Amino acid sequence: MDTQTPKQVAAEQLTGAEIVMRALADQGVDTIFGYPGGAVLPIYDAIYAQQEVRHILVRHEQGAGHMAEGYARSTGKCGVALATSGPGATNMVTPLADALMDSIPMVVFTGQVPTHLIGSDGFQEADTVGITRSCTKHNYLVRDVNDLARTIHEAFYVATHGRPGPVLVDIPKNVQFAKGRYVGPEAIEHRTYHPRTEPQDKRIEEALALMASAQRPIIYSGGGVINSGPAASEALRALAKATGWPVTSTLMGLGAFPASDKQWLGMLGMHGSFESNNAMHDCDVMLCVGARFDDRVTGRLDAFSPRSKKIHIDIDPSSINKNVRVDIPVVADCGKALKALVKGWVKVAGKPSDIKPWWKQIDEWRARKGFAYPNSKKLIKPQYAIERLYELTKDRDVYVTTEVGQHQMWAAQFFHFDQPNRWMTSGGLGTMGYGLPAAIGVQAAHPKALVIDIAGDASVQMTMQEMSCAVQHELPVKIFILNNEWMGMVRQWQQLLHGERYSHSYSDALPDFVKLAEAYGCHGIRCDDPANLDDAILEMINTPKPVLFDCRVEKAENCFPMIPSGAAHNEMILGKISGDEIGEAGKMLV
Amino acid sequence: MTRATRTRAPAKTGVREDPASAYDMTASDEGIEQRTLACIVDNEPGVLARVVGLFSARGYNIESLTVAEIDRNAHQSRITIVTSGTNHVLEQIEQQLLRLVPVAKVIDVSNSSGGIERELALVKVAGKGDARVESLRISEIFRAHVIDTTNESFIFEVTGASQKIDQFVELMRPLGLVEVSRTGVLSIQRGKEKAG
Repeated sequence: MDTQTPKQVAAEQLTGAEIVMRALADQGVDTIFGYPGGAVLPIYDAIYAQQEVRHILVRHEQGAGHMAEGYARSTGKCGVALATSGPGATNMVTPLADALMDSIPMVVFTGQVPTHLIGSDGFQEADTVGITRSCTKHNYLVRDVNDLARTIHEAFYVATHGRPGPVLVDIPKNVQFAKGRYVGPEAIEHRTYHPRTEPQDKRIEEALALMASAQRPIIYSGGGVINSGPAASEALRALAKATGWPVTSTLMGLGAFPASDKQWLGMLGMHGSFESNNAMHDCDVMLCVGARFDDRVTGRLDAFSPRSKKIHIDIDPSSINKNVRVDIPVVADCGKALKALVKGWVKVAGKPSDIKPWWKQIDEWRARKGFAYPNSKKLIKPQYAIERLYELTKDRDVYVTTEVGQHQMWAAQFFHFDQPNRWMTSGGLGTMGYGLPAAIGVQAAHPKALVIDIAGDASVQMTMQEMSCAVQHELPVKIFILNNEWMGMVRQWQQLLHGERYSHSYSDALPDFVKLAEAYGCHGIRCDDPANLDDAILEMINTPKPVLFDCRVEKAENCFPMIPSGAAHNEMILGKISGDEIGEAGKMLV
Repeated sequence: MTRATRTRAPAKTGVREDPASAYDMTASDEGIEQRTLACIVDNEPGVLARVVGLFSARGYNIESLTVAEIDRNAHQSRITIVTSGTNHVLEQIEQQLLRLVPVAKVIDVSNSSGGIERELALVKVAGKGDARVESLRISEIFRAHVIDTTNESFIFEVTGASQKIDQFVELMRPLGLVEVSRTGVLSIQRGKEKAG
């Protein structure tokens, strides 16, 4: 690391490209994910000349974006990606939109044509700030090299403060060549953006008074608890312990509360647990912390938890009362608000709520075993595959990413997390192709850890080219493909909602994943027999290089339980389902 | 800028009237009201596009919009937006505007006691004889100024609340109204305090 203080370098003249690298080093960035091109060549020259920041060469800019997301989600730090102008920037749009939806802190640098060519339809020119305005938290076009250092530091500030999100900095090529002054991060203060993080005492008091009166309470936690940092997860655990309340979580929030705890009800929502959804529906006090009442969580809005008083803790005021009216809004950082509640609970109640009848009711729902599935000795059931994967890896330092679809939901249901930052998935945008590059980003941050992408055969092909990146940089990710030869979730909806008309959801002509692995220089494993599955998984774990695991599973398995869109939490469907149980209204809302 | 409220898509048939899903939440036409919001923003490139883009991306209405720098040293601009929606939507608009990084402050001009709104219009009226005399007489009632005249036309400059301008335009219509140009609504707060 650079030992000079910012003051010493304040007057120093650097090129724009050198300023970028100096600013990254001063921000504590150790790894960036990128792809070179004409409009970023000066920056690549500066990368060549330094040692502080490692550059991971991707195969497609979308991969760089998702790697930065995986890096960020698994470390709590800001992810960084670099792309060239025009197509480089447009390829970055999907990860930017993904990071915006899931509140992932990320700074993306793009090259731009020289300032005098902007607007001339120059070669590889695109209106990058225009295109990315609605899929970033904020973005900048830097026209003057003397603004560059300040802008970069401001970008990191905006990406990581308040509700985190992606920020893009577009740098014309002549600005990268020009010499200008460098300023360090300490000199930066944003003019207007100072999000509130401390909860109002009055709101905490109101929340505690309501909580003390609860007979059927529930804590509904989300990705915000993970974004807030490990202290927020600690505070969530402390609050659950102090109150004795049941805890459920969104897809994005898994790991903030330990799945091994007896107060854990499992994930809620469309494919969540029977007990969590019923508890959400019947509760009288709901404490929502760092979640945003997404449509996949609430189901039918007019029947969503109809008899409860709701407390909503969120750092983003626009999330409050957006989809669901709440009684006590608390605008604050989750961790700080949870700590205040833990502290206040000692005074207000001093002991766990006396809610034995509520737990008895919850235990009755649990006894329905909503995740039960008929196992098979002949075929590998996808649920069984994930159960075995979990059992064989749970004592290791393991991180899991996913693609999007049935396998993602099964992973959320059957792989269990006791720690935050261990689970990386595309929740809001639902980006197929997220998991493989995200896993590479996680592995780059945690070289010794076991990093598994639980994938589907369709999703994984969207960013498969990044296997080449994993091999080049010796990042031994394990791609565990639940291969049913279908776009499973599409097939499931077509079966249940569209009269079994399987329009274009069958992946004919799949590649031979084992040969594909070998072609990339990885290790390929195929398994189609439940009796051999454990050995095959162990072989994957013990292979010290990237692995593509082709796990052939039951083709027609559906993901249950399920709240059909347009239905309420207490109308979950368990196991077998007939098409006519979903009404016309529900079909339209899918 | 059009004065007409953009018509909303009618609720889909087969969908219950009360919201059943987040997809369905804005289908209600009940309780639509108009509101004037003033945003104090950092005057940086693209800030207007951010504000306008937010409205189009989230399906909110813009009925009028004015923008200009108000403090060169502080690099601040004031954007006054007249919008409409249900109370719930209007609340969301305010919060979503505040989410934009360069937006420093949002003032609900309609619901604050000290909000003043004014609009300026240029109104071209052509005619001869009695109609021409009548248009001039009415313009005096409205304290409009004649800023250009030919033997067969006037251009009036009229300032006031939007309703006053609407009335003036309606009165001019039978007297030979040719065209109208309006600034959209400007706003400021009463009293000695500064909004920024």
